[in-house]
Amino acid sequence: MSAVLETVPSLEIGGVPYEVVMGIECHVELKTETKMFCGCRNVFGAEPNTNVCPVCLGMPGALPVPNRLAIELLVKAGLAFACEIPAYSKFDRKNYFYPDMPKDYQISQFDMPLTQGGLVSFWLPDGTQGSCRLTRIHLEEDTGKSSHAGSRDGRIAGSTHSLVDFNRAGVPLMECVSEPDIRSAAAAVAYLEALKRTFVALGVSDVKMEEGSLRCDVNLSLRPVGQTEYGTKTEIKNMNSFNSVRRAIESEVARQAEIIASGGRVQQETRGWDEAAGTTHTMRSKERAHDYRYFPDPDLTPIEFAPSDVARLRESLGLLPQVYMDRLISEHKLSIVQAQQIVDTPGLAGYYDAAVALTKKPQATVNFVLGDLSRLANETGVAVAASALGPESLAELVGLVEAKTINSKTAKDLVTRLWSEGGSPAAIVAAEGLGQVSDTGAIDALVAEIVAANEKTVAEYRAGKTKVIGFLVGQVMKQSRGTANPTLAEERLRAVLDGGAS
Amino acid sequence: MSEETAVEIARSVNARETSAVERAVAMAERIAERDGAVGAYLTQTAELARAHAETIDARIAAGERLPLAGVPLAIKDNMCVTGTRTTCASRILEHWISPYTGTAVQRLLAAGALPLGKTNLDEFAMGSSCENSALGKTANPWDLGRVPGGSSGGSVAAVAAGEATVALGSDTGGSIREPAAFCGVVGFKPTYGRVSRYGLIAFASSLDQIGPISNTVEDSALVYDTMAGYDPMDATTVDRPVEPTANGLREDLRGVRIGIVKEFGLSALEADVRAVYERAYADLEKLGAELVEVALPTADYGIATYYLIAPAECSSNLARFDGMRYGLRVEAPDVGATYEATRAAGFGDEVKRRILIGTYALSSGYYDAYYVRAQKARTLIAADFAKAFASCDAIACPAAATPAFQFAAKADPVSMYLMDYYTIPMSLAGLPSLSVPCGYVTPPGARGPLPLGLELSGPLFAERSLLGIAHAYERGTRHAAAERIPALSGAGAAR
Repeated sequence: MSAVLETVPSLEIGGVPYEVVMGIECHVELKTETKMFCGCRNVFGAEPNTNVCPVCLGMPGALPVPNRLAIELLVKAGLAFACEIPAYSKFDRKNYFYPDMPKDYQISQFDMPLTQGGLVSFWLPDGTQGSCRLTRIHLEEDTGKSSHAGSRDGRIAGSTHSLVDFNRAGVPLMECVSEPDIRSAAAAVAYLEALKRTFVALGVSDVKMEEGSLRCDVNLSLRPVGQTEYGTKTEIKNMNSFNSVRRAIESEVARQAEIIASGGRVQQETRGWDEAAGTTHTMRSKERAHDYRYFPDPDLTPIEFAPSDVARLRESLGLLPQVYMDRLISEHKLSIVQAQQIVDTPGLAGYYDAAVALTKKPQATVNFVLGDLSRLANETGVAVAASALGPESLAELVGLVEAKTINSKTAKDLVTRLWSEGGSPAAIVAAEGLGQVSDTGAIDALVAEIVAANEKTVAEYRAGKTKVIGFLVGQVMKQSRGTANPTLAEERLRAVLDGGAS
Repeated sequence: MSEETAVEIARSVNARETSAVERAVAMAERIAERDGAVGAYLTQTAELARAHAETIDARIAAGERLPLAGVPLAIKDNMCVTGTRTTCASRILEHWISPYTGTAVQRLLAAGALPLGKTNLDEFAMGSSCENSALGKTANPWDLGRVPGGSSGGSVAAVAAGEATVALGSDTGGSIREPAAFCGVVGFKPTYGRVSRYGLIAFASSLDQIGPISNTVEDSALVYDTMAGYDPMDATTVDRPVEPTANGLREDLRGVRIGIVKEFGLSALEADVRAVYERAYADLEKLGAELVEVALPTADYGIATYYLIAPAECSSNLARFDGMRYGLRVEAPDVGATYEATRAAGFGDEVKRRILIGTYALSSGYYDAYYVRAQKARTLIAADFAKAFASCDAIACPAAATPAFQFAAKADPVSMYLMDYYTIPMSLAGLPSLSVPCGYVTPPGARGPLPLGLELSGPLFAERSLLGIAHAYERGTRHAAAERIPALSGAGAAR
């Protein structure tokens, strides 16, 4: 995260303070081996219409059988956000015709979802904490994927024919509906990141917006601060990254504010985000009053959850990322960005924890982990946890730095070396004499050498161009193969140069 | 050969006295001979039956014993069989070839049954006379001017005409029992959830149930035992052991309490029909049963309840027939118009009527008044039955109020709906229920005697007890063998 955003940007329209009110609906594909109601594989990117069977193609006479794992994954997701798990839940049919929906109804949940309520807490980039209530999380089946051929931009308008891939039809999909508690683009992104972090940690989903395993719609309206009724909302769709969610919200807030400022009225509609144009555009201007004719699916029996089932799933949650993040921020005193990076990079948290357990110095440790180690991981394509530099070695290295046995320059060189070669930093330092030289006599000898060898630079310094001191310190460091204590080196250099001795 | 039962055929094929291939060939010949008059089959699958018979003979030669070895089977054409046309007697599926075989059929084939063909039905099983078929006309073998009943009219006519030894039907509100009564055969609807619906093209999912049709109760028991039980492909099948029924068949009714429903008084029936049922009740008593009066005060709401729930489910179940992936497609300028043109051309009037009723009943603003109230009524009807079964082991009543009627006699849909008055309440309650021949009447204008059926219904999962009672009644009265089918003797068959 680069830019730091204000938590609640102030918004004034015609001198009246306004607030942004948002609720977010997320569709998240569950990471199961097989689809929701049949045995077909649930994988992304297969040849079209290869993972299909009579059930997910809606062939006459085929029947759905629920995937127990999908139900349990959803309940785990719910438990992670303190949702209530009703003892009794059911599947309903949502009836509407669409060519990529094989049965012309979608198996979903209407009035008795698997989870109800719940709360998502998150940290905002400015260091404050926010939260958003969940309305519900329910389970449904995904539809097939339509693509339209023959039109300029793949849109349905102007296309000559459409193709449907049913590989996605019947993939378990959870719909996460939030209350309208979100007040800024930053909070929206933080909310989504909190969901993603948790779903990934629990193995519920891989949450890849670019592959469509997370799709979100933002309902957005503005109202004067203090007003209790909501303004007219628009629904924004088609964002394919968290960054586009942020941009889409900012664009839509500006658009609505302009309408209100010029005395107009916001129309209730669905708007699509156009990534290239950076604006939203009308998708469905007049909401067709859809009557989905929900009714309980007679092919499926009600889902019952005994308290013991819920307890078992709760125990299986492990350390939740939000709890872990709170600990990093509150106890380890890491910054929010640092904590996010530790939590969000696969494998990094375990490495960090193992190292900190030995160093007891979170900040010194995190600087290495997110600094040199992450840089090396990027450069080499090897994950930090998979490098030859294990957390024990890192802890040793941090110990050497903290004890001032080695200076930071030496530490940096050692990290690069240990990354690929491994080994004990203490042993290398001892064997190669890389320990930091803080002996005044030894430093003075080096300083004398450098001053003698750089007459021109010394003259410049004495003529008032004092910033050349950096060059001279560098020469001392070089001469000492990096082992000189740089602070001491500068101090002795200045003493010599300012004192006039040569 | 038509008198031979499935039990007898399986015994002789297992004993290698005859072969399954001989059975397949002989039955195919008989179908060729008779079905022109009866019209039971929409598709004959003699080659499939023969090929399957060869594998059955090979398995028996290898020492296997199969419960339905070489038994000719007719399959209602709303059940999927790989590679066969499966039409639901609808234009919309007229040329659809099923890519898979449903569980119930699969289990029977694995047990040695020979698939002779797919039988006619009211389109999507919606009807009580088989007249709603878009693809064929089936006549009642007892009187070719009369309907066989429905919706499983083809399956029932096939068994009655000796064009199959056993058949599969599906029963949603009486679609096995009413035609079985009309054609003088045994038709059995098991408890909802006992036989897998996987591969049965849905009409009303919470009511549909596959069941056997046969000449004897024993054969129905054999077929039921072979196909019943939990199926991982159908979430509504019940995962509890099936009590075998074939070894629970009894010869008398001593110690059995039979409930006679107070509200189903016989006084409204024609005098000759009433006499048959009065004698049937008396015969039950004669066989040792104790007759007790039971009350089903809500049963009268059965038809109203059923005609909300079944259409509601059907409106959703039949949505998939949209011309996009399979079946009929009538091309039109855009997707919406294609849906409309396809469905307008593909569905018959009764199917459209029920889709409309169901769509209405589920619509916002009407859902609570219709669908929800109907579900509540259904619960009350089931509760009435539960109460009644506290004082009896089975309930006896007419399977239908009349014998088979003439074609086109029930032009008004409601008069057709009323044909299921005695069968619908049991369907709503999910109960096992069957029709067994109980006598004959010869109404004015009939060409000969027409059979009537006694409906016997039991508590949930009481198949063993129910089939036992029906068997005792059948053996004690022998109505099935009392008359010969006139249509199949001499001039009748040639018509």
